[in-house]
This record gives sequence, structure tokens and C-alpha cells, in this order.
Amino acid sequence: MANLAAAGEEPEILFWVGCAGAFDDRYKRVTRAFVQILEHVGVKYAVLGMEETCTGDPAKRAGNEFLFQMQAMQNITTFEGYGIKKIVTACPHCFNTIKNEYPALGGNYEVIHHSTFLQQLINEGRVGVSGGGEFKGQRITFHDSCYLGRANNIYEAPRDVLAALDADLVEMKRSKANGLCCGAGGAQMWKEPEPGKKDINVERTEEALAALDGNAAALANLNGVESGNAGATPAPRNGQQRSIIAVSCPFCMTMMSDGVKNKERENSVQVFDLAELIATAEGLNA
Amino acid sequence: MHFSIQNILFLLVAVAGFGLFAWQVRKVRANILVGRDRDMSGNVSERLNKTLLVAFGQQKMFKRITPALLHLIVYVGFIVINVEVIEIMIDGLFGTHRALSFLGPLYSLLVGTNEVLGALVIVAVAAFWWRRNVGGVRRFTGPELRMWPKLDANIILYVEVILMVALFTMNAADLKLHQLEGAELPGAFPISSLLTGLLPSSVGALEVLERVGWWAHIVGILCFLNYLPSSKHFHIIMAFPNVYYSRLVPQGQFSNVDSITHEVKAMMDPSYQVPAPATNPDGSAMAPTPFGAKDVDDLAWTNLLNAYSCTECGRCTSVCPANLTGKLLSPRKIIMDTRDRVEEKYNSPLIFQPNLYGTEAKHAGQEVLDKETHTLLRGYVTPEELWACTTCNACVEACPVNINPLESIIEMRRFLVLEESAAPNSLNVMFSNIENNGAPWAFSPSDRFNWADDLFVTEKA
Ligand code: SF4
Ligand code: SF4
Repeated sequence: MANLAAAGEEPEILFWVGCAGAFDDRYKRVTRAFVQILEHVGVKYAVLGMEETCTGDPAKRAGNEFLFQMQAMQNITTFEGYGIKKIVTACPHCFNTIKNEYPALGGNYEVIHHSTFLQQLINEGRVGVSGGGEFKGQRITFHDSCYLGRANNIYEAPRDVLAALDADLVEMKRSKANGLCCGAGGAQMWKEPEPGKKDINVERTEEALAALDGNAAALANLNGVESGNAGATPAPRNGQQRSIIAVSCPFCMTMMSDGVKNKERENSVQVFDLAELIATAEGLNA
Repeated sequence: MHFSIQNILFLLVAVAGFGLFAWQVRKVRANILVGRDRDMSGNVSERLNKTLLVAFGQQKMFKRITPALLHLIVYVGFIVINVEVIEIMIDGLFGTHRALSFLGPLYSLLVGTNEVLGALVIVAVAAFWWRRNVGGVRRFTGPELRMWPKLDANIILYVEVILMVALFTMNAADLKLHQLEGAELPGAFPISSLLTGLLPSSVGALEVLERVGWWAHIVGILCFLNYLPSSKHFHIIMAFPNVYYSRLVPQGQFSNVDSITHEVKAMMDPSYQVPAPATNPDGSAMAPTPFGAKDVDDLAWTNLLNAYSCTECGRCTSVCPANLTGKLLSPRKIIMDTRDRVEEKYNSPLIFQPNLYGTEAKHAGQEVLDKETHTLLRGYVTPEELWACTTCNACVEACPVNINPLESIIEMRRFLVLEESAAPNSLNVMFSNIENNGAPWAFSPSDRFNWADDLFVTEKA
């Protein structure tokens, strides 16, 4: 960003990378994939690089309002310094915080989550996805992240993006507004869970695997699902074929990947972010 | 008109019934207003719209179809039967008989609908009783639903049956009296006409039965009315204001604490003018309010309104990921605790000791604090419960009357962190990472751009 500003240029969008996108080894691949898409479609974008600092979301959810506001004010100052108007991010937590909580502190921007952004690119025909490429016909289930879904009512954009892949999409029993948390929100990412029967990400992964495998018995056994409002039960498949859990949040990525490992299914089930799926389908391999 | 001692008696009973109810409502209102001020004015049309959809229209109930249909029967039955209550009031005060019968065919329709709904209510109540006591629906169990809350739920089902039986007794006896006299009783009686055969044929006995049914119905309703403020069934009234005052912002948006905003602004910009603190009416400085919530009076009044609107249905808890995986957190319990605590602290204004589900459940997993000094936080709600929340908003989404347990959870977390520095250690590590490195993990800010390293090699080279 500093370079662009020095050159007197204004970017169309600011790509907010987020701490996970910058530091988490797995999510760095998503950051790269998204940047490749941006390069591919020729959007003029900028990143803040070292001038970026945590939005304050984990501090706020944990109750540390003071630390949150310090972070927020610092970021708002940076945004104002560059005259930022439009921000795109791959992290639903950053998205929610900047979009909803910064305005009351003086920071007003158009904030877009990358699922919505990708949906727009697809709708505008700027990303063709060439019939889904290697994902055509593969079984994919989408895990709604709380901060995208219930928190901000974004349910269709990620599904539209996946639909462009021409894959075999299946819904989990709890999805959209009824989706089950991956277990990482509210600063849980940074602490051990409280004692209980099970970890939340394991429960959610079991649900995802049941949907991918078309395993009705496993679906029926899930904790506390009261009514059968799921879509059509997919045809069963032998757990050997490759299936995909699609996510659009760095924390969901970590939690679902850990869950798949916990269930020893990492050979047959992979966890991918929407940006990775699109980049791969476009042949832009990161 | 046959004005008699009955009318005077009725007047006294009615005045006492409504008076007692008004007295209770005033106390409840006072209890709600101990909460912190929060401006909820404006957006009237949006709020009314929401009330129409969610409260009148039962929109959120229809996520679960069986209870929604059963509930709808009881709800519509309740509304339509109120027309009959109006008639009973008029008859009772002025000694008239079936005062609304001048409505003609419309009256027949009303009374007929009433009878059908009354029968359906009995069926629905039986189904409700089964689901709750035998059917093993998971959300009707749980430690906070023992003792009084369990009894409360059943009491109301029994009362509803009694009210319906009284209604049918009154109608059937009246109908048979008219038949014996060869007279026409205005109205339509699809159910009562089936019941006349069960009644005695003596005029005297029928007259007594009709009066017993009449009095039982109206006295029952007045008792029910005065039972409400002690019960979860208060929701039939409180759901409306509660939905009206529900949050209109995205669910992910948490409040920004204003006092902290001033402090932070002043830190970043020494010339920033912090607004003068609020003063008491006499000009003296107000006691500083703590950050977050330790007790009920630190919550906003809307959070307390929430507590009085809870139906204890457990939809929130049944979708809570923490609760589902066996953690101590139950959003329903947080809401029920809030109501118990506000009534404990500000004197229970109500006829019954409400809501209490026993100390053993309330203090599960922690030492019981001194009754004099305990507060909502720690006295009722343990830090362990609060820290288990993922802030996923599932409870908020699920609540049929738009209660927001998450808001209270966050307020109490704020108190733990900002006033007591009592966050779990790993969270303190996260806080200091953000402070020192600008990231919740221990990475150096100078590594922030490393993801790009090998990406642009070709282009940059
Ligand atoms: S927001 Fe917290 S209390 Fe509510 S359902 Fe999610 S984890 Fe449970
Ligand atoms: S808070 Fe809402 S969902 Fe939870 S028990 Fe009360 S009424 Fe039901």
C-alpha cells in the first residue's frame, strides 16, 4: 500500500489479509490463492503488509474491549491515512468487525467478504471456472461459518461460488442459519475447550463426513438434531473417494482439518477454502 | 338484565383480580428498570413489523413444525376465547346473558369457532404434556429445568384443561336448559351439543352447573392472569414488548463500550475532549459504573426484559455447540438465572417464588458464595460457563421471542477481563500478543508479508 501511495496511485480495493492469512501456514495458501485470482482478473488491489495489525476481534469476543478499541483506532487511522474506501477480506471475523463495529468508532468502509467478491467475479464472467475443472462431479459440502452466516446473513454467496464448480454439492444436516459452529469463534481458538463430552470441531466434522458419505445412520445419531429438515439424503458412497469440506474462514479451516485428522480421514477428505477451489479450477495453482 | 348480588360479587372479584395483576406488573417493570439505560427509541415501523411477524405471527416457531402447530392452536384459541371473556365480563357486570348475541350469525361463528378451538386446545395440551413428561424431548431436560420450572410448565397445562372444561360445562348446561324450555340459545355449539347427554335433566341442577362453569371460567382466568408474573407463561404478554425492543443490527455486531471509546481516544489524541461524566440530579458525581456486568443492575434493561420473556423452551440450549458437546454452558440457564437474581436482589414482587430450580444446579461446579454478597456473576453464573461460549449466535437465532443470551454473556466476560483480570491464562497470552505484536499469535509484525515471498518471485525477478 505504501508503495502504491508513494506512486500516487489508488487501488480499487484493499485486500485485508488478516493475522491468520498472514501467519497461519495453511491459511497463507488461501491468501496466495486469492491474490492469484486478483492478479488473474486484473483488479487493482493493495495490501497493507506490515502496516496491518489485528482487527481486535479476538480481544473483543473475549471481553477485552479496551484492547479491541486500541486496535480498531489504530487500523482506522491507517485506513484514513490511505483514503481507503473498499476492503475485501477472506476472514469472516475481520469482515464482521470492520464492517459492523468500526463505524461507531469512526471507520466507515464498504467491506466485502471474499465469498461475495468471488461470487461477483463469477457473475460478471471475470472468472470462468471452465466447467469446474477438476472438481466436476466431486462431492463437496459447505460449512457455514457463524460470522458470515448468522452474524451477517451471508448464506448464498459461498454456495453460488461452489455451484460454479459443477460439483456434487451436499448439505449437512445443520446448515445455513442452523449451522453448527466449528468451535473456534469467540476467542476459543486461543484456549483449551472447557471440559465436556467432546470437542465441538469433532462433532461438526462427524456431521460433515456423514453428509459426504451419505451415511443416514450417522446423520441420525448426531447430538440434538431434533427435526429432519435436511435436504435429500445423498447416495451412499464408499469412504474411499475424495470428498471436500469447503470453508471460508481461517478458523473453520483449522478446526475442520483437525477434525478430519481426528477421524483419520485425511486421505479421503480434504478441507479447502473457496478461494483455493476457484484458483485451482482456474488453473492458477498456488 | 337480572341485577343481583352476583353482579356485585363479580365486580369485587374482577377489581381484585385486575388490581393485583396491575400491582405485580408494576413490580416487574421496576425490576426491569434497574438495568442500565439503553436508548431503544426510533425505528418504530421496523420494530412494529418485527413484532407482527415474530410475536403475533410466530415466525420463528415454524422452524420446528410439530410444536409450532400445537402452539398455534393454543395461541389462536387463547385469542379467540378472549372474545368470550369480554362477553363474560359484560354479563357479569350488568346481569345480562350472552350480551354479544345481538351479533347474530357472527356470534354463532365466534362461539362455534371457540368451541372447536377449545376441543383442539385440550388435544394440544395433552400432546404437550406427553412431549414434556414422557416423550423425552432433550430440551425439556437439563439441570435448570427441574423443580419449580418443571412444575410451572405442567401447572399451566392443567389450568388450560380446567378452563376448557369449565367453558364446555357452561355452554352445555346452558344449551340443555334452553332445550328443556324449548327455547333457542343463540350461538353454535358443535362440541357442547355432543355433551348435553352427559348432563342431568333437572332444571335446578343445570342452572347450578351453568353458574359453576361460568364462575370457574372467569375466576380461573383471573387466577391465571395473576399467576403469569410468577411463571414462564408471562411470555404470552412479555413476548410482545421483548420482540419490539429486539436488536435491529446484524447479530455479529457487538456493542462498543462508550466510556472506553473516550479513554482510548484521549490516549491517542491528547487534545481529545472527554465528555463530562453524568451527574446525579443534585449535581454530585455519579458512582462510576463498572465495565461489563457483575450483577443484574449492570446489564441493560433490555437484557432484563429478556429474562422476563423467556419461555424456558430450551431452543437456545439445544442448538448451543458448547452445550451439545457436554460443556456446562446453557444459554437458557443464563437467562433464567438473570430473572431469579433480579427477584432475589430487588425483592420478589410476585405471588409465588418464581423460577427457582434449586441451588445444587445453580451452583454446579463451583463453591457457593455467601448469600448476602453473591451476585449474578459467580453467585449464579460461573466463569466456566461464560468461557465456553463460542459467540456463534445460534442461541440468538433459535429463540422464538428474540432473546439474546450472548449479549449478557459478553457483558459478564467484560467484567471478568476488565475489572477482575480473570481471563483464562491462555487468553491473557493472546491479549499480550496482540498488544506487543499486533497479532493474537507470537509472530513478529515484520513477518506479516512473508506469505507473498515466493509468490511474486517470477514477476519481480
Ligand atoms: S453464542 Fe454462546 S451461548 Fe449462544 S449458542 Fe453459541 S456458544 Fe452457545
Ligand atoms: S432464551 Fe429463548 S430459546 Fe432460550 S429458553 Fe428462553 S425463550 Fe427459549
